Amino acid sequence: MVVAMIPLVLIVFEVTRRGIGVVNLDFVTQVEPPPRREGGGYAAGFFGTLYIMALAVLMSIPFGIATAVYIVEYGPNRLTSAIRFFTDVMTGIPSIFVGLFVYGLLVIGWGGMGFGTFVGAVAIAVMMLPIVTRSSEEMLRLVPNEMRNASYGLGARKWQTIVHTVLPAAAPGLTTGSMLAIARGIGETAPLLLTAFGTGLVVTTFQGDPQGAVPMQLYRGATQPFEAGIDRAWGAALCLFVLVLAFTVVARWVGSKASTNAH
Amino acid sequence: MRNGRSKLAVLAAIPLLATACGSGSDGADDSASGGDLSASLTGAGASFPDPLFQDWMHTYSQEVQPGVSINYQSVGSGAGIEQFLEQTVNFGSSERYLTDEDLATAADGRGCEALQFPVVFGSVVIAFDNPDLDGLVLDAETIAGIYSGDITSYTDPAIADLNPDMDLPDDEIIPVHRSDSSGTTEVFTHYLSTEVDSWADEYGSGGEIDWAPGLVGGQGNDGVAQGISQNPGGVGYVNQAFAQEAGLASAHVINADGEPIAPTLESTTAASEEAEIPEDFRFSIDGIGGAGYPIAGTNWIFTYTCGYEQAEADAIIDFWTWALTDEGANEIVAELGYAPLGDELKERVLAEIERTNSENEGGGDTEADADANAEDDSQE
Amino acid sequence: MSTEAPEAPAPEDPRRGTTLRSSKGRMADPLFKWAVASCGTIVLVILALMVLRTTTEAWPVFAKEGFFGFLTGEQWQSGNSRSEITGTYGAWPFIYGTLVTATIAIVIALPLAIMVSFYLTHMAPRRIAKPLSYTVELLAAVPSVIFGLWGLHWFLPNVLRPFFEFLEGVLGWFFLFEGPIRGVGYLSAGIVLAIMILPIMTAIIREVIAVHPVEQRMAAYALGSTRWEVLRNVVLPASFSGIVAAAMLGLGRALGETIAVLMLIGGSQSWGASLFGTGSSMASHIAATFGEATPESRTALMAIGVALFLVTMIVNILARVIVWRLGRMTGDAAV
Repeated sequence: MVVAMIPLVLIVFEVTRRGIGVVNLDFVTQVEPPPRREGGGYAAGFFGTLYIMALAVLMSIPFGIATAVYIVEYGPNRLTSAIRFFTDVMTGIPSIFVGLFVYGLLVIGWGGMGFGTFVGAVAIAVMMLPIVTRSSEEMLRLVPNEMRNASYGLGARKWQTIVHTVLPAAAPGLTTGSMLAIARGIGETAPLLLTAFGTGLVVTTFQGDPQGAVPMQLYRGATQPFEAGIDRAWGAALCLFVLVLAFTVVARWVGSKASTNAH
Repeated sequence: MRNGRSKLAVLAAIPLLATACGSGSDGADDSASGGDLSASLTGAGASFPDPLFQDWMHTYSQEVQPGVSINYQSVGSGAGIEQFLEQTVNFGSSERYLTDEDLATAADGRGCEALQFPVVFGSVVIAFDNPDLDGLVLDAETIAGIYSGDITSYTDPAIADLNPDMDLPDDEIIPVHRSDSSGTTEVFTHYLSTEVDSWADEYGSGGEIDWAPGLVGGQGNDGVAQGISQNPGGVGYVNQAFAQEAGLASAHVINADGEPIAPTLESTTAASEEAEIPEDFRFSIDGIGGAGYPIAGTNWIFTYTCGYEQAEADAIIDFWTWALTDEGANEIVAELGYAPLGDELKERVLAEIERTNSENEGGGDTEADADANAEDDSQE
Repeated sequence: MSTEAPEAPAPEDPRRGTTLRSSKGRMADPLFKWAVASCGTIVLVILALMVLRTTTEAWPVFAKEGFFGFLTGEQWQSGNSRSEITGTYGAWPFIYGTLVTATIAIVIALPLAIMVSFYLTHMAPRRIAKPLSYTVELLAAVPSVIFGLWGLHWFLPNVLRPFFEFLEGVLGWFFLFEGPIRGVGYLSAGIVLAIMILPIMTAIIREVIAVHPVEQRMAAYALGSTRWEVLRNVVLPASFSGIVAAAMLGLGRALGETIAVLMLIGGSQSWGASLFGTGSSMASHIAATFGEATPESRTALMAIGVALFLVTMIVNILARVIVWRLGRMTGDAAV
C-alpha cells in the first residue's frame, strides 16, 4: 500500500521543491523570455489554457450530461446501447489520435481553419466528452428509482422528473465527474500540439493563429537544454498541479453544497 | 555609400533611443523617440535559427518596440517556404533559398516580387561527452562512416590515421541523432550528402531521415547530449549554441582545403565569408575551405514587395534592420554561437530589406532603387 | 427537490409554474427526449467522422505500402511531395514500442491497483482511508506532462538508473535485460506509465469494490474467512468485470499516452528486444515529428494514428469479450 503511494508523494515533493522558488506574480503576468534567460513567466500559457478550457467546457459538459440523461432515463434501447458502447470506445481513444482527427477535420480538412484556439478547444472537448458522459451515467444510475417513482406519483412528467428530481439528486456526482474531465483536459498536451500548435505569446484570436497552453509550454521548456527554461517548467508543473487541486476542492465544495440543497 | 552608412547609423540609433526611453517605464510611453511601431507579425520556418530568433524577438518586443509582437513558429524549412508561398505568414524563413519556381509561384500568388535575404550563419558541432576527445579530427567520410555504422570504434584505422598524435580510447562509438525532425539534422545531413556520395545514396538529407539501425535517438539538443553523456563512447551532433552552453567536447572537422577546423564563432564567420554571394543572395556554403568550419548553414528570410499593411511593413523592416545592426542584437548572436553576416553582405541585405512592401503603392521607383543599391555594392 | 414536484413548473420558469398538465408540458416531453437523444448521437457522429476523416487522409499511404506492409515495415523515410507518396513508411518499430511499454505498465500497475483499492476500502482505518483516497483521486488528475518532467529530470537519474544497473547485473544474460543501458528506453517509459495509470485504475477499482454489498463480505468474515480470502473469493469475483474495465482504461491510456512516453522512450526509429533499448511508441513518434513534418509525412503520421486507433480498438474489444465471458462464468457459479 505504502509502496504504491511512494511515487505519488515523490512527485508532489519534487514538483513543490523545484517549483516553489520559481512561482511568483511575474510568473503568471509575464511572457517567457528565451529559455536561457532567467525571469519571466508563463502568462501566454495560462491565458491560452484558460481560453481553450473555457471553450472546451462549453462544448463538452452540456452534451455529456445530456447524453448520460438519454442513456439512463430513456434506455435501454438499440440507440442507447450503441451510444454506450461507442462512448466506452471513445474513452479508450488515444489523445494523440484525437489531435490527428481534429487536425485532419478542421485544421487542414473540410474546415481548413488552420491552427488556433478553437480547434484546440474542439480537441480537448472531444477528449472530455466521453469522460463526462460515463461519469454522469454512473451518477444518474445511483439515483434511486424510488425518487423517480415518487416524482411520477406526484404527477410530474418525465422531463420534469429528470430536471427537477434526478439531475439535482445526482448534481454532486455530476460536478465531480465534470471536474475530473476538466482536470484531465487541462493537462492534455498531445492533442494541442497538433491543433493549437503552441506559441510563447499571448494570443487573443479565436481561430487562425497558433495558441499556447501551459502543458505545451511546460513540455517545450522541459526539453530545452537551458537550466532557466527547465526551472520555469518546474514552476509551471507546480502551477498546473495547484490548478488541478483547486478545481478538485472547488468542485467538491460545490458538490457538497448542491447535495445539501437537493435533499 | 556614405549615404548608406549614415542611414545605417540612424537605424541603429533608433532602437538604442527606444531602449533608453523605454527603460524604467516598461517602454509603454516611448512615443518621443518616434519609433513606436505597432503591429502583430507572424513568421514561420526553420528551427535551426529558432533559439536566436526567439531571443531576438523577445528582446525586440520587450526593449525596443513594445507595440510589436512577433510570433515565430519553427515548423521546419520546407513548411517555412510553403507557408510563405501560401501567404499564411508575414515572413518565411528557411535554410534553403527560393528557387526560380518558388519565386514564380510567389509572384503569381501575391502579384509582386518576393524578396529573400540571409540573416545569420550557424554551424553544427560534432560533440563528445568524453573530454579527452576534445579536438579529435574527423572528416566527412569518417563522420558518415560513424553514422552509417561502419566505424564502430575510436581506434578504427580511419580515425587513427587522422589523429596520429592522439591517445584514442578503446570505447565503442555510440552515435546519437536527433529523433525529432529538426533543422540541425538537416544542416548535418546536407553536409554529409554533399561531401559523401554513398551517404547521399543511402540516407540522403532532410530534417528527419531513416538512420542506420543501432543508433540512439534523442529528443532535442539536450536529448542528444543526454544520449552522449550516458555512453562513454557517445558522439552526437548539436547546434553550436548548445554545445557551447553545455560545455561539450567537440571535434575538429577537416574542410575542403584539408584543414582541421574547430567550431568557433570565428570559423563559422570565416565559413560565411568563404561563400561567394551573388546579387540575388542565392548561394550555398558547401565545400568550405580556408579557415572556415565546414558543417555550416545559412538562414534566409522571405518577404514580399507588396501587400502588407503599412504598419506591418514598417515593423518587418524595422525588426530585421535592428536584428542585423543593433549592438545588443549582435551580442545575442555571439552568445548563442551563431555568426553574424559580414559587413559588406550586411549592407547589401539591409538594402534588400528596405524593399519590403516597396511596390505597394505604384512602385515605379523600385527598379531604380535596386539598381542604385547594386551600384553601391559594386563600389564597395 | 422531489418534494417540490407537485406544485411544479411550466418550462419557461420551472420554479413557479401553474399546473403540471399544461399543454406545454405535454409538448415538452417528446421535445426533451429528442434533444437529449440528439446530444447522445453526437458521440456516434464524432466517431464516424473520426474514422472517415483519418482513414481518407491516410489512405494514400496505405495504398502505397499496403496495410500489412505498413504495419510490418521497419523503415521510415519521409518524402517531400505534395501530390504523391514518395517516402517509405513502415510503422513496426513504433507499434512494437507501444505494445512493449503498455504491457510493462499493465503488468506492474494492475496488481498494485487492486491491492491499494482493497486496502483503501477494507483495511485502512477511516481516518487514514479518507485522506488517502482523496490523494489518490487528486493524483489521478496529475497531467501526464508532469509525469514526463518528473520522470526525466528526477526519477530516471535517481531511481531507475541504479535499478537498471542492478537488473542488468543480475539478469543481463537474459535477452530482455541486455545492456547497454541508455537510461531512457522502453523500460523507463513503461515504469513511468505504470505509475501514471495506477491512480486512475485504483480510483475505478476502489469504486467498484466499494459498491460491492457489505453484507456479503460480512457473511464471509462471519464464516471465518481471512481478509485475503475475502479479497480473493468474494470481492474479486464480484468486481471482476469492474477490474477488467479499469485495466482497460489503464491500458487505453498507456497505449495512447504521448508526452510522458515521448520524454522517456528515447526516440530512436529502430527497435530491439532489450527493454533497456531506445525506441518510439506510435503516439510519441507522431508528436515528435509532427511539428516539422512535411505534408506528405503528416499523411503517414495520420496512418500511424489510424493504426494506433485500430490497436486500441482491438484491445477494447478483447477486454469486452473477457468481461462478457467472465460475466457468464460468475453468473453460472452463482447459480
